[in-house]
Amino acid sequence: MVLVAEPKQVVAPGELLAEGDHLLGDNAYRLGTKIFSDSIGILEIDGNRVFVVPLKGGYIPRAGDLVAGRIVDIGLSGWSVDIRAPYEAMLPASETPGPRGPRRRDLSTSFDVGDMVLAEILAFDRTRDPLLTVKGPGLGKVASGRVVEISAAKIPRLIGRKGSMISMLKKETDCQITVGQNGVVLVWGKSPDAERVAVEAIYMVEREAHTRGLTDRIRDMISRSKMVEQVAGTQTA
Amino acid sequence: MNKLPEPKQPEKLIDDKGLRIDGRRLDELRPIKLEVGVLDKADGSAYIEQGKNKILAAVYGPREAHPKHIAMPERAVIRCRYHMAPFSVDERKSPAPSRREMELSKVIRESLEPVVLTDLYPRTTIDVFVEVLQSDGGSRCAGITAASLALADAGIPMREMVAACAVGKIQGKLALDLSDAEDKYGEADIPVALVPNAGLVTLLQMDGHLTLSEFEHGFSMALDACKTLHGMQREALKKKYATMKEAPEEREEAEVVA
Repeated sequence: MVLVAEPKQVVAPGELLAEGDHLLGDNAYRLGTKIFSDSIGILEIDGNRVFVVPLKGGYIPRAGDLVAGRIVDIGLSGWSVDIRAPYEAMLPASETPGPRGPRRRDLSTSFDVGDMVLAEILAFDRTRDPLLTVKGPGLGKVASGRVVEISAAKIPRLIGRKGSMISMLKKETDCQITVGQNGVVLVWGKSPDAERVAVEAIYMVEREAHTRGLTDRIRDMISRSKMVEQVAGTQTA
Repeated sequence: MNKLPEPKQPEKLIDDKGLRIDGRRLDELRPIKLEVGVLDKADGSAYIEQGKNKILAAVYGPREAHPKHIAMPERAVIRCRYHMAPFSVDERKSPAPSRREMELSKVIRESLEPVVLTDLYPRTTIDVFVEVLQSDGGSRCAGITAASLALADAGIPMREMVAACAVGKIQGKLALDLSDAEDKYGEADIPVALVPNAGLVTLLQMDGHLTLSEFEHGFSMALDACKTLHGMQREALKKKYATMKEAPEEREEAEVVA
């Protein structure tokens, strides 16, 4: 077992990561005894497991993921939802809360084309399009707040190790933040200024996802912009 | 209307010192510049300058397949369009896809298909666009080099990047990376694309005449050049993130000064 590349380094597709009987993690593949990366990303080692956290890439649905998407079409028994994946998601009317059985009322009274919904992926496999549900606490139509769209590959960084980044963001900006695994982030703040700081911080995470000490830099940035706003506030008052 | 005179055939492709018309040695590549992420809207993009070649590559996907019937149930479909801009050559080229462009679109696609892990994204397409802005011979190879860089930049899982380079014969001698004039007035041209780790050749064409031993020698020259190019590709891809890494520190220093 020999590690060839340095952990936490940026690796290119086809770059040699390790030799020997490591366990294969995401975005790594084996050729003979050698393990290579299959994406541009950051090499991570977890015990014996070698994997690469990609720096780029679109969203691929997984059952259980929380996603935010926009209604694009209304059918007879459900909605089509754009969840920023290569596959269009289906939200059947039976997966909305409320009484079961045949519905008489128009589906567009629940969700109309263009509405933003927060949903969970109920099922997805290679052969069928993802199936959504809005049954559950907090799920359903998103009527307020701000929508921030970032690359889905940056979502793990936005959440951070054991949620360190996102909990810091919520605390420092005093906003409620919901992260969709598909790269759609919803922000609700007490004031437009608070929301603006949170949105700026989220974009900063996206831009600098691959750098070290990012959590501290983001915290600095937030406290600086809060100070600027306080100064501006006293001047106008 | 005055018609421009046809570019004249150079008297000699190799001078007395053994140097070529652009001053290169026989085994020398043209100067190469690679840039990654040049287009904001594309999922991945790359730009290559190889000699006078200037080529843009853009990648979109994996995305929903349109029209739906082209989708494959078990893997992603790669589509490729190689296109030369009307202003890319001396005489205006009709922008309509020519027979040659269709062939090159096909061979570029086939040279990239073996490395992309298409089975991860069933029922989708990955679109690769290779746009030649200025053409100077060997554009299919430069196109492949740029396109695989753009694929990597799009974050599409792939075994490794493909590098391509041509080798040819001018005035009876083998020469690497032919320019337009050398291709036109030389005796043979062999474009080669290589997947280095796997040791896979994904493009091999030839026009003109070569003896078997000339072919073997030329082929190995091209393989070496592909390996050099592959190193440059990797460097260019990582450079994009290295420059981004330095940016935050610089900004903080600037604020201290202010």
